[in-house]
Amino acid sequence: MNGMFPIVATFLAASIEGTEMIAILLGVGVTRGWRSTLLGAAAGFAVLAGLTFAFGTALLSIPIERLRLIVGGLLLILGLQWLRKALLRIARPHPRRKTAAHRTLETESPAKTDWYAFVVAFKGVLLEGLEIAFVVVTFGAEANQLGVAAAGAIAALLVVSAIALLVRGWLLRIPREWLRFTVGLVLAAFGMFWAAEGALVRWPGGELAILGLLGIMTATAFGYLALLRQTTI
Amino acid sequence: MHYIKAFLTFWYDFIVGDDWTIAASIAAAIAVTLWLVQSNIDAWWLLPAVAILTLGFSLWRGAQAE
Repeated sequence: MNGMFPIVATFLAASIEGTEMIAILLGVGVTRGWRSTLLGAAAGFAVLAGLTFAFGTALLSIPIERLRLIVGGLLLILGLQWLRKALLRIARPHPRRKTAAHRTLETESPAKTDWYAFVVAFKGVLLEGLEIAFVVVTFGAEANQLGVAAAGAIAALLVVSAIALLVRGWLLRIPREWLRFTVGLVLAAFGMFWAAEGALVRWPGGELAILGLLGIMTATAFGYLALLRQTTI
Repeated sequence: MHYIKAFLTFWYDFIVGDDWTIAASIAAAIAVTLWLVQSNIDAWWLLPAVAILTLGFSLWRGAQAE
């Protein structure tokens, strides 16, 4: 049982962090195009690998709170901007935009790099990846089984990625502005959670607070949408 | 020079976007949260409250502008 502890603990912890990472990658990839998103994710993993290699178990000395504060704040601003744009377009479809709003995003993949998608993906991977690395180092070093702990984390990421691949096809069928709306909600909720955690706030319910934030932001967004539609008529 | 300008423009668009009030109010809310936490007040409610109010205000500005 003692030998199983690091692998089970890192699998569970990395599943949670991995879900957060994949949710952001999936949202940005489907909305802005996969090429730049995957490039950003790859760059994030490369920096993460470099940090892990350079620091080893000293990784725990990296000030993760400051990183959370900055990345969370930026994601929250970004999420609110996306929500704003989506809500205005859904509530008041311009004749020229009407068809675009109902178009899905499958064709929206530019040949050149979309730095917007790149940066969001990079930050998401770096922050969540660092948290996973911290979990691996903490549990692995404690049980003197770093390799086993890392295997648990990799298994969790593979499971979460496989689930994301299954969901991806379904997401592509959602109209563009509704997809922007959904991604805006996800970015705002995660951003709020991380930024406050970076400020050393203790959320009621821990990580489960993200679900509460998602619920509150969804209800708020639909409330604003109803108000916008009323004032349009 | 061109690359520096493009770099700065990218970050301006990324952070400020269509409405500068969103970035400004979230930055202010984070600063106040930090201050409250340092004063031993667990201000988890501040960011959600500011985000909701900011979104409403920004939507109102956007609707007026259209």
